[in-house]
This record gives sequence, structure tokens and C-alpha cells, in this order.
Amino acid sequence: MNKQFLDARRLLCPMPVIRVQDKIKTMALGDQLEVACTDPGVMQDIPAWCRINGHQILSANNNAGEFTINIVVGD
Amino acid sequence: MLATKAIMEQGVHVEGINFFTGFCVEGHTHAIRKKNKAKPKRNNSLWVAEQLGIKLHIIDVIEEYKNVLINPQHGYGANLNPCLDCKVFMVQKAQQWIEENDFDFIITGEVIGQRPMSQRKDTMPVIARESGANERLLRPLCAKNLPETLPEKEGWVNREELYDFSGRTRKPQMTLAEQFGFTEYAQPAGGCCFLTDKSYSDKLVDLWTARGKKEYELDDIMLLKVGRHLRPKAHFKMIIAREEGENNFLQGYKNVFQTMTTVSHPGPLVLIDGTLSEQDCWLAAQITARYSQGREAEQVDVKMTQQGEEKSFLVTPLSSDEIAKEWHV
Repeated sequence: MNKQFLDARRLLCPMPVIRVQDKIKTMALGDQLEVACTDPGVMQDIPAWCRINGHQILSANNNAGEFTINIVVGD
Repeated sequence: MLATKAIMEQGVHVEGINFFTGFCVEGHTHAIRKKNKAKPKRNNSLWVAEQLGIKLHIIDVIEEYKNVLINPQHGYGANLNPCLDCKVFMVQKAQQWIEENDFDFIITGEVIGQRPMSQRKDTMPVIARESGANERLLRPLCAKNLPETLPEKEGWVNREELYDFSGRTRKPQMTLAEQFGFTEYAQPAGGCCFLTDKSYSDKLVDLWTARGKKEYELDDIMLLKVGRHLRPKAHFKMIIAREEGENNFLQGYKNVFQTMTTVSHPGPLVLIDGTLSEQDCWLAAQITARYSQGREAEQVDVKMTQQGEEKSFLVTPLSSDEIAKEWHV
């Protein structure tokens, strides 16, 4: 299992979603992606994008305005 | 949403594409302005895809879109909206996407006569032709008013089960939504693009005029969505935050622009674009003071920051009468 990090801080939605989508295209089933963001909209948009595209959210945390979302790549 | 559902009802596998040009009203604006905090921050295209149970591909077309906006072959609408060129571009991108991903045809939710520029009977064939999609472009909601397309000819979809909507009324769409069991849907077409907005278009024209060329970067068009824009002189513009959310957003640009803030009173963060003389700085400070809570005070202390250097200006705020109407971009 490969684990990668994506810095999407200071980007506003939908750019973090686009970055996640493009990053996941390069990853394999079961890999993990940790993405750091500052737009609170990601807490809705990234999980929604993952649900419709078959990826799993492991965790989504808000740490004083910085949001960290962990994703497991699905098929 | 309706067009997709109509095609899915015929057993066809559909996936969605959403193009991000940088001019979309939703998303960014909701994220910036604190006054919109009560509104859900959902992305409508993602929400629609989830309701329909389809995959959605969001595609960044910011760079490629510049040529569509700057050099529209079919001109602009009422403001800087190049609707027809925009449709041609997006269908062209969709055509490219289906070729790369082994899909057979494209559907859109267009309805003849719904929009004055891109959805007329005479312009709809232009989109099909100039995009290169030709017969692979199907508009399920008004297909019966248009010539047969490839998916209909090949029997991939049944033309009889498609629709013949036309005109500006949205009643047939609302009835169909009810039939499909949709009780909630995103706003009807239009109003989702900043380029259809006069105030936004005026700001973009002002930007181009000040720079002497029709060019922009994503940050430029983002900043046009935020704050009060004042151009007291041709060579400089001020962007004044109107509320806390905008203040926070503009903070992200404070190392790129000259900034002003009031020290003696609470007030907004102001970004300044241009090269200011000493006299201009005093004027900008008076304007900054005007939009602070010290607007009625005798004197307001304003701090200017430029490339890490700070300067102080003790000024009397301008009165509302002294803020010339023509300064507002």
C-alpha cells in the first residue's frame, strides 16, 4: 500500500476536488491519499466526490481551520 | 439532471462532466463570504451526480478557457458572456473526453429557445458542428424538435421516449422533475456564471483597460469576485473587504499587493494594485479610513505595508460625498 500526501491549502473549491481527482488517477487500488486543505467546502465536496467515484474516506478532521482528509483509493 | 435521468431511464450508462472555468458563481463565492455561511457549501454538480448515482469528472479548463473569453468568434451576450463560444468549447472538450474514454455520445440539458444566445434553433446546430460532436450530440429534452442524431438512428436511445420542450418556460421541466421524483434541484439555467453579471463584467473590463491588454490569471478573476473595488485614479485600484470572510480571503494576497489597514479603529484589509505617489498614498489612506469604523472620527491612523516596509498615515476620513461615484468599478 502506497501512501501519498497532497497539499491543497489556499485553494478554493472545486480546485481541491480537481487536485484530488487528478492525483487519484495516478494511484492504485488500496493506496492512501492524505490531503490538506483550508477551504471548509472540502468537508462536503471531497467526501461527495469520493462517494460517487467509489473511494473511501478514512477520516476527515478540522484542526483550527486546516482540514485533513484521508482517502483510500477504490476502483 | 433531467436530461441525464431521461437517458438513464432508457438503460444507458451515463457519467457527468463538469468544466471549471474560474467564473462559476457557486463554490468560491460561498467559501469566501461569511454572510453566506448559513447556506450549504455543496457543489451542485457533485450533489446532482450523487442524486443520480453517476460518476462525475470535474475538469479544470481555466487556461484553455482564456481564449474563449478573450477572442469569442460569436461575440458576447449582454455582458462579457461568450455563451455560444462557451458551449462550442465545452461540447468540444466533452467530445475529446468521450473519445479518450470510449463513450458513444454526449447529452446536454439544452432546450430550444431557453436562452437568447446559445439555445436558439439556429445556434444549436452551430454548437454540434463547430464542436466536432456533430451527430453524437443529443439534447434529450428537445430532441423531438431537432433532426435525428446518431444515438437515435442507431437505436441506442428511443426517440419516442425523448421530449419536445421549447421556449423560456420551465413548467415542462418542473413537471418532468416531479414525475422523476425530484423535489429539490439546482437553480435553472443561467445565473451560474459571473460573466453574465454586469458588475463583474465591468470589473473585468476595468482590469483589461488598466493593464492595456486582455489577459488574466486565476487570481485576477478570483479577486474580482471579492470586495468593493474603487479606482480613484487610472493608475491604481483598491480592493476593500466588506466583511470578515472577505478580509480573511484577502489576507492570502497581502504579500503580493500593497496593503492598508486602520490601526486606531477596526477596519477592512485593503489591497492596492498599482504604483502610488506619496500624494496617492494619502488619498488611499483617507479612503481606507472612510470604510473603517473610524469613518466619523477626526483622525484615523492608517498603516500601509509594501514589500515588508510599513508607513503610517494619520488622516481625516473622506466623507461619503467625497467618494466619487465614478471611482466605483
